[in-house]
Amino acid sequence: MTAIDTTTEMWTEVCDLDTLTPDRGVAALLDGVPVAVFRLSADVDSSHVVAVDHVDPVSGVGVMARGLVGSVGVRDVVVSPLLKQRFDLHTGECLDDPGVWLRTWPVRVADGRVLVGGVAPPAGG
Amino acid sequence: MAPRSLLVVGNGMVGQKLVDLVVGEDRTEAWHVVVVGEESRPAYDRVALSSWFEGRTEADLSLVAPELLHHPAVDYRFGRVVTDLDTDARVAALDDGTSVAYDELVIATGSTPFVPPIEGRDLAGCFVYRTLDDLAAMREWAAVEGRSVGAVIGGGLLGLEAANALRALGLVTHVIEMAPHLMPQQLDRPAARMLERRITEMGVHIHCGMSTSAIEGDDAGVRSIRFADADADADPLVVDLVVFSAGIRPRDDLARRSGIEVGERGGIVIDDSCRSSVAGISAIGEVACHAGRVHGLVAPGYEMARVVADRLVGEGADGRDPGAPSTKLKLMGVALASFGQTVADDGCDELVFSDPIAKVHRKLVVDATTGALRGGILVGDAEGFDLLALMASGDVSTPSDIGSFLSPVSTSSIATVGPDALPDSAPICSCNAVTKGSICGAIADGAHTVKAIGACTSAGTGCGGCVPTVNRLLRSELDRMGVTVDQRICEHFAYDRQQLFDLIRFHRHRSWSEVRSAHGTGRGCEICRPVVASILASLANGYVLDGDQAALQDTNDHALANLQRNGTYSIVPRIPGGEVTPAQLIALGRIADEFGLYTKITGGQRIDLFGARLDQLPAIWERVLAAGMESGHAYGKALRTVKSCVGDTWCRYGVQDSVSMAIQIELRYRGLRAPHKIKAAVSGCARECAEAQSKDVGVIATERGWNLYVGGNGGTSPRHADLFATDVDDDTLVRYIDRFLMFYIRTADRLQRTAAWLDELEGGLDHLRSVVIDDSLGICDELEADMARHVESYECEWAATLRDPERRARFVEFVNAPEAAAEPGWSRTRGQRVPLPTTRREARV
Ligand code: SRM
Ligand SMILES: Cc1cc2nc3c(=O)[nH]c(=O)nc-3n(C[C@H](O)[C@H](O)[C@H](O)COP(=O)(O)OP(=O)(O)OC[C@H]3O[C@@H](n4cnc5c(N)ncnc54)[C@H](O)[C@@H]3O)c2cc1C
Ligand code: SF4
Ligand code: FES
Repeated sequence: MTAIDTTTEMWTEVCDLDTLTPDRGVAALLDGVPVAVFRLSADVDSSHVVAVDHVDPVSGVGVMARGLVGSVGVRDVVVSPLLKQRFDLHTGECLDDPGVWLRTWPVRVADGRVLVGGVAPPAGG
Repeated sequence: MAPRSLLVVGNGMVGQKLVDLVVGEDRTEAWHVVVVGEESRPAYDRVALSSWFEGRTEADLSLVAPELLHHPAVDYRFGRVVTDLDTDARVAALDDGTSVAYDELVIATGSTPFVPPIEGRDLAGCFVYRTLDDLAAMREWAAVEGRSVGAVIGGGLLGLEAANALRALGLVTHVIEMAPHLMPQQLDRPAARMLERRITEMGVHIHCGMSTSAIEGDDAGVRSIRFADADADADPLVVDLVVFSAGIRPRDDLARRSGIEVGERGGIVIDDSCRSSVAGISAIGEVACHAGRVHGLVAPGYEMARVVADRLVGEGADGRDPGAPSTKLKLMGVALASFGQTVADDGCDELVFSDPIAKVHRKLVVDATTGALRGGILVGDAEGFDLLALMASGDVSTPSDIGSFLSPVSTSSIATVGPDALPDSAPICSCNAVTKGSICGAIADGAHTVKAIGACTSAGTGCGGCVPTVNRLLRSELDRMGVTVDQRICEHFAYDRQQLFDLIRFHRHRSWSEVRSAHGTGRGCEICRPVVASILASLANGYVLDGDQAALQDTNDHALANLQRNGTYSIVPRIPGGEVTPAQLIALGRIADEFGLYTKITGGQRIDLFGARLDQLPAIWERVLAAGMESGHAYGKALRTVKSCVGDTWCRYGVQDSVSMAIQIELRYRGLRAPHKIKAAVSGCARECAEAQSKDVGVIATERGWNLYVGGNGGTSPRHADLFATDVDDDTLVRYIDRFLMFYIRTADRLQRTAAWLDELEGGLDHLRSVVIDDSLGICDELEADMARHVESYECEWAATLRDPERRARFVEFVNAPEAAAEPGWSRTRGQRVPLPTTRREARV
């Protein structure tokens, strides 16, 4: 993953880490762009908080934060609640339809607060 | 080469079997088939004829696949009779004046009920029991006000079946048998006595050793039956309806007219390849006489159809002797079986077990020198029949302790002995004459489900009685082949749902993390998480979104509402039994109006409000609760609706208060989480306006209580519910439903409705009855306790959500911008707000 410049003001505060339920998402607005932020349960080895697009590329509707979190092999995934496609939470890749993907967003946890970086890396991860 | 012409006369069970086989296996399109059938409809399952009275329709009973009716190689002529044959020119004449030329002719005209030449037998109100038209006419006649008594003349198998039908029509029922006891052909006297006691207990009046001398009546129809040998001044038996069931006669009239040889006692004489005495003409089914015998059962007929089909389109095989007939049936709920030789002759011994208290009588006829089983009779308890019948036919050797098979408790059946013990030649499906060998062959060729086996061998597609054995065989074969049947619910748990349920129940796990760390791997997924959530909830573990359970629920459960295609939600308040007050209707109308919600009556007798944003749900539900309504669990795999009709409160036909019962059931099981959704209904009388027979749990009022049906389904694969218990009182009804539902919740697969579960349940409905009614597993107390815990701990999930600010706080669209909410685009249709059309995409399955 690209090194993230955490010194700029491009970070948006989303919420307190404590308010996030492990393996469940919330949606947040990043300068008008909806993102889905997930806190992964800590007993499974992976980076703790991740963010991807909230808009489901299959249906075009903002629902990804309401999807179920799980794993496929070693990959952490979120499942679209509408038509059930699975997306890799770290790369945004869709496991079921190579034609679509979610953009991923950098996340930082500081002083118990969750911040999401304002620049989305190139789509497809 | 132009196809040759095959003419099949008669479209009954056997004639149709021949058509299926010829058309299905005719790879070279060598035949064009003309079928002439006297009845106005395509062939149907005559063996299951009586189930028409229990609600199975003509379509359910049909044996002719709809595609076949339009198949280019088949020409069906219904409602037509073949009247004459020119056997030299090979032309058949039909009653409509047309004629059909043939290369091969197969006569499958079955038989006709024998009506003894008694005075008055032509009076209106006299019937026979053979066709759907007969049944419809009987029902119509019996429905006329004031007709209340029926009699069956003939106490054989069919007569008793007809008697059961009269009972079902609500008539006081008499059975008149000339012989000294019932079923003289199959039973000996002690066995028949036991049967008579059982049937008498059910309110059927039995008159044995009585011969009817006349039916009396007038233009209005039958009035009474007079007996021979009775005192001249004895009162005749007053009846409104008479059914003759005094045996059958082969319909060989066409053959007789055409110079085809018939047997001494009727029936077209055929050789081992089913050929008659005239070239180009064969006979099959009940009209045929093979080796001096006419068979009145369908299995030998199917065997004959197979022989002819093989000759026409296959390699050509020899017929095999259909063997001694065996019968197993449930007559009015009494198990009854007879097989092989039922009366001991010189070289035989008889072993008898008779229990007049339990009304069980079992007799085995054993060869006195070799000890081999020859045949037997089982009344009141037919346990072990399948295995015993195989021993009697020599397919399985008789064990030295055959005596231990006498008492029903110690009896083993194939199900317990294991099908491994059988030789390949053992017939497993008697309806379709499928052996163990051919089933194993199909399994080896890749048929790994009961359905797939049925598709390639026909096993299990007749009466269905062999399905449990086929299932056993399938499992043991797969085991032997080293194929592990993957029952794991997903990659994270090496268990099926039932095992997981037992583990969670046994270890009293209360959270996802406990379950996952104890039994699973990885982070879980969209399959196992909701399964665990549902199991935890079924075991009454409180609010479904507390603790880490919140992360288990699919979005519907998580939002306690149903997600719609544009990301908004719908709201379905519970409307128990469909009863709603005007004030509640007004409140719902106000709420919908204020929030701009699209409003629709659902297919489940309730009201659905569509188009609410996630953040609007708490405010809307607050208003719904204030109107005295609660969550309808439309979002959960849980009890949905209990549909009702108005019942005897309003309806002129109603016999019980169906609304109150529906409400009682709905309130008792509301919120109950299950492997899949559960639907129920209560109808106030047999007219069944609530469609209870299409529900998981169906209740239909009777004069004496309630009939309980289970395992019905609409949806993708509709299934009529099975009648489970009759005339039970309120308490018994609820107790049975408690046990039934909890047993289902414990043992079903994920997303398996009760219909599919019941179809796959080993032992089927009988087993279910024994578990729920007779407590054969000794778990009924547990099941009831589990249900009691559910009922006690129930709380409306929306009330619990709104009470708690933390729970309520979940319902925001964007955590960092609570006031901003994404409003999807809307358009208007018929005065209401609906989502903008979107392009359709494939869902992942
Ligand atoms: C709302 C409603 C249609 C309507 O406008 O009338 C409906 C709507 C849905 N049905 Fe249904 N079904 C509705 C009555 C029915 C009925 C009729 C009935 O209950 O009498 C049936 C057939 C009866 C049956 O289930 O046996 C029915 C058979 C299904 C099935 C097929 C089930 C099956 O066993 O094959 C599904 C799919 C599934 O559950 O897997 C389904 C699934 C659904 C889902 C959950 C599909 C989805 O995932 O979005 C829909 C939820 C919509 C929502 O937001 O509420 N719905 N659905 C009805 C709600 C009734 C209620 O008051 O709760
Ligand atoms: C109530 C009932 C219960 C039964 N239960 C069982 C059971 O449990 N087990 C079992 O094995 N068997 C049972 N049977 C018997 C079984 O139904 C028959 O063995 C089977 O139907 C015989 O098939 P078939 O094709 O030979 O005759 P059928 O099914 O009778 O078909 C013959 C058809 O040919 C038609 N036909 C006759 N003459 C002509 C003509 N000249 N031209 C055109 N069409 C003509 C008839 O109208 C009829 O439709 C039962 C029968 C009844 C009535
Ligand atoms: S089921 Fe019976 S009681 Fe109920 S409405 Fe219909 S006819 Fe009336
Ligand atoms: S025995 Fe009737 S279907 Fe197999």
